[in-house]
Amino acid sequence: MATVDLKNVKKVYPSGVEAVKGVSIAIPDKELCVLVGPSGCGKSTLLRMIAGLETISAGTVAIDGKVVNAIGPTERDIAMVFQNYALYPHMKVYDNMAYGLRNRGTPKDEIDSRVRSTAKVLELSALLDRRPRELSGGQRQRVAMGRAIVRNPKVFLFDEPLSNLDAKLRGQMRVEIKNLQRTLGVTSVYVTHDQLEAMTLADILVVMNAGLVEQTGAPLDIYEKPASIFVASFIGAPPMNLLTLTGSSSGPILADGTAIGFAPSETQAATLGFRPEDADVTFNAEALPGALVLPTTVEAVEPVGAESFLHCAAGGSRIVVRVAGRAAAKPGDQLRVVARAEKLHWFDQAGKRVN
Amino acid sequence: MIGQSPLRTFTAHAVLILGILIVAFPIYYTFVASTHTLQTILRPPLPLLPGGQLWNNYSEALFGGIGRIGGVSVGQLLLNTTIMALGVAVGKIFISILSAYAIVFFRFPLRMTFFWLIFITLMLPVEVRILPTYKVMVDLGMIDTYAGLIIPLIASATATLLFRQFFMTIPGELVEAARVDGAGPWRFFFDILLPLSRTNIAALFVILFIYGWTQYLWPLLVTNSNDMNTIVIALRKMVSFADADTEWHLVMVTAMLAIVPPILVVVLMQRWFVRGLVESEK
Repeated sequence: MATVDLKNVKKVYPSGVEAVKGVSIAIPDKELCVLVGPSGCGKSTLLRMIAGLETISAGTVAIDGKVVNAIGPTERDIAMVFQNYALYPHMKVYDNMAYGLRNRGTPKDEIDSRVRSTAKVLELSALLDRRPRELSGGQRQRVAMGRAIVRNPKVFLFDEPLSNLDAKLRGQMRVEIKNLQRTLGVTSVYVTHDQLEAMTLADILVVMNAGLVEQTGAPLDIYEKPASIFVASFIGAPPMNLLTLTGSSSGPILADGTAIGFAPSETQAATLGFRPEDADVTFNAEALPGALVLPTTVEAVEPVGAESFLHCAAGGSRIVVRVAGRAAAKPGDQLRVVARAEKLHWFDQAGKRVN
Repeated sequence: MIGQSPLRTFTAHAVLILGILIVAFPIYYTFVASTHTLQTILRPPLPLLPGGQLWNNYSEALFGGIGRIGGVSVGQLLLNTTIMALGVAVGKIFISILSAYAIVFFRFPLRMTFFWLIFITLMLPVEVRILPTYKVMVDLGMIDTYAGLIIPLIASATATLLFRQFFMTIPGELVEAARVDGAGPWRFFFDILLPLSRTNIAALFVILFIYGWTQYLWPLLVTNSNDMNTIVIALRKMVSFADADTEWHLVMVTAMLAIVPPILVVVLMQRWFVRGLVESEK
């Protein structure tokens, strides 16, 4: 129904703080774009600029090809789901959902049919006469969604909508939001700091840091080829293991003096990373050419059920290795962590990926 | 109240009952006096039990004594006072909710200056500004009018501050949700802010109605003609009128009648009043 195009969008507050320092994102029709980043990275500000709740200091925001910088949130034809739901406390669920339509002068019978059909989709039909304070957190969340859906807007905006729910409900709602968004085919922008939500929901994932976009792409592409150390450590749980390198004529050397024996390219790499699940542990001592081999001591074992995480000291820093099922190792064991060369991520002095 | 012993319960109740007696006794005694003849009242001691003149006294005060207070009936006095108290209460709420709305939800030049200007008026007691206010009322020809009784009293820093504090607890997300839902400033005010302020408005109404009802100094100054008097002023005039024989039984009846409307307002709005003071509906 609509595309969303951000061109070099900036937000400078009167205090001089630059919250968003020039962001360009193109979101194709019907796709769900997730903005993810640590708190204070500017993702919420960016969302609020798309909504029209913040003024745009520079650059343009276009919805459906039309620049909307100068028009208010009402005329942008967007709907927003807020973190604390922002339901009108004195209105019944029905009126909460109908309010936006009434303000637009939609005929009464159309409002009624739209509210009721939306309520049916969201399983809210039995709750239409309740007030928000009589609802559970999950139900309020649904009403907030319903209020957005019933308007049938060009764009959905989600501002950390699941962060007030418990873990189980969050998992359910995540799937539900994804299904709804796909069924309705409404272009969406979703802000979260939860990388799991980001990975599972996004068609396009935008990783932000300090007011800038670090990387944009499909979630799995970003996971497999993080463009910077920041992205590598932000996306993935547990985060990627990162080892600092010092160079020498013979090749990169770890902080504890272990020589690695190969390098990604001519570029001087300053940091080497590998994901916890891309490494194996072995008690054997045979030579493994073309792989990173780190002698380690196990410091702690975290069994989670289907997998276990070994926390080890290696190469002058701490690393985490995932092993399937129960771990054979115990704290204090000496073993070797092995990661294949093609699974390694190399970053230069500035933190940018070099391989 | 954890671990109450019977003795403590007894003491607590005794103190409370004593307090009620101290507060209620003068009112009861006024009521008793309003049911006796003038002769009984003037011949001490006054009996502690109501006499048999209830009907006579009340009907005389309400319907009989036209000539008493400069030809003004009690009904007219009650009407004047009601108009003034309602005008002051409604006017104060109206003005202060709008100014609080402006100060909290809009960004305009000198916003904080205006806020502090309103705030500073709290520091000025009525008596300080009563002369200039009186002069203005005279110049505007508002002496002996309801407008003159009401308008100078409706600016209220206290109510503005109360509404401001309440508005500031309304989450920003709610304001934004309304904006996204297409509610302009007026819609937001009427559809969202006003319903949410209901309990605050009710509590303020009770307080301000009584404030308006019991005004003494201002009505005394601004009303010259007897038929614009409020009941509080009239009571005063009844007493000073006749130095020989003040009709005490009728004074007492009028005093009883004067406290009925404020009591009604408190009793009828009690539920709202308490809710407004205790909780904010969010």
